[in-house]
Amino acid sequence: MHELSIAMGIVKIAEDETAKANINTVTKIELEIGTLSGVEIDSLNFVWDSAVKNTVLEKAVKQIFIIKGKGKCADCDTEFNMEKIYDCCPNCGSNFKGILQGKELRVKALEVI
Amino acid sequence: MCGTCGCGSDSNGPTIIKPGEEKHTHQEHRHHHDGHSHDHDHHHDGHSHSHDEHHHHNGHSHSHSHSHDPKHKILEIEQDILQNNEVLAARNRGFFEAKNVFALNLVSSPGSGKTSILERTLADLKNEIPFYVIEGDQQTLNDANRIDALSIPVIQINTGKGCHLESDMVFDAVKQLEMKNDSILMIENVGNLVCPSMFDLGENKRVVIISTTEGEDKPIKYPDMFHTSDICIINKIDLIPYLNIDIQKLKDYALQVNPNLQFFEVSATTGEGMENWYKWLRENIS
Repeated sequence: MHELSIAMGIVKIAEDETAKANINTVTKIELEIGTLSGVEIDSLNFVWDSAVKNTVLEKAVKQIFIIKGKGKCADCDTEFNMEKIYDCCPNCGSNFKGILQGKELRVKALEVI
Repeated sequence: MCGTCGCGSDSNGPTIIKPGEEKHTHQEHRHHHDGHSHDHDHHHDGHSHSHDEHHHHNGHSHSHSHSHDPKHKILEIEQDILQNNEVLAARNRGFFEAKNVFALNLVSSPGSGKTSILERTLADLKNEIPFYVIEGDQQTLNDANRIDALSIPVIQINTGKGCHLESDMVFDAVKQLEMKNDSILMIENVGNLVCPSMFDLGENKRVVIISTTEGEDKPIKYPDMFHTSDICIINKIDLIPYLNIDIQKLKDYALQVNPNLQFFEVSATTGEGMENWYKWLRENIS
């Protein structure tokens, strides 16, 4: 259940950034989470309420932008969609690839009052 | 609430203990994250002045339809959630590099033989190479005591309810180890094939251990750990005659996840295959 650590990491970023900007209330938080990042969104949702309790995020709406996995074959340069981290190149079957996107785990923005 | 252990109070958080010093256990209870909160304050300072100029809703109404209320404003953060862990991992890495310490992060399911491989390695090489060990478990000093019995300096991190080590715990543990230059640091992570994969500890190499009793498709069942590892040790090869496992198939699955993995096939019990592993360790500190 490392999603709890992730949620607490999000809370910490929000607390730090709002403290710097002298703000007490966040109305919305935007997150970017890649499908290859290793975070289960369901688990994150499950721990969210307890993680944000008594923090600036307590009343914030959480919006998650899911970023789909994409890779580029190191052997034939084909770009392809990845559902799993071990998907091989659909063109040549190679397992050597670079991951172009899908590993994101980011706090994108906070909407504050 | 503590983000590492998920407990409601600090009293269940991670503790760092040396064998023989159990009595100090309860003094260490604190949120280990608090001490480092200053570390990345500088990160966004350089950008903060421009946030207002980049108001999303000025030109991009798609995602902020309700944000025209002049009281609301958007703080563009764009910060990696694991950044705090990664900043501290980088600090660990710099420290290891300066001291020429070769640091390994040993990960596996519970029971695949991490501690047994460690014990055997330490017993066979301790007169040749200085070793240090950090043991991660949810509870007990049992593993640290096994290492301590070999007269190797060891620190136990008990993560409480936590399912993985994080770089700040390793940072705190390393401070107590007083390591000599040109040595090897073995960090035995919590037995868990899922969560530790996301947390860089600052190690030079990550070593995933799988045993022959676990089934050949484990690498694709738990791909993240195999994807982030450099070395794969296949343990308990002495049991192969009694098992229905195809080692080549296991390797093929692992290579599908990570084509750069390097394998060692060993038995920590009989010592078979350990010499190749030792050879690799020696090459990496010379």
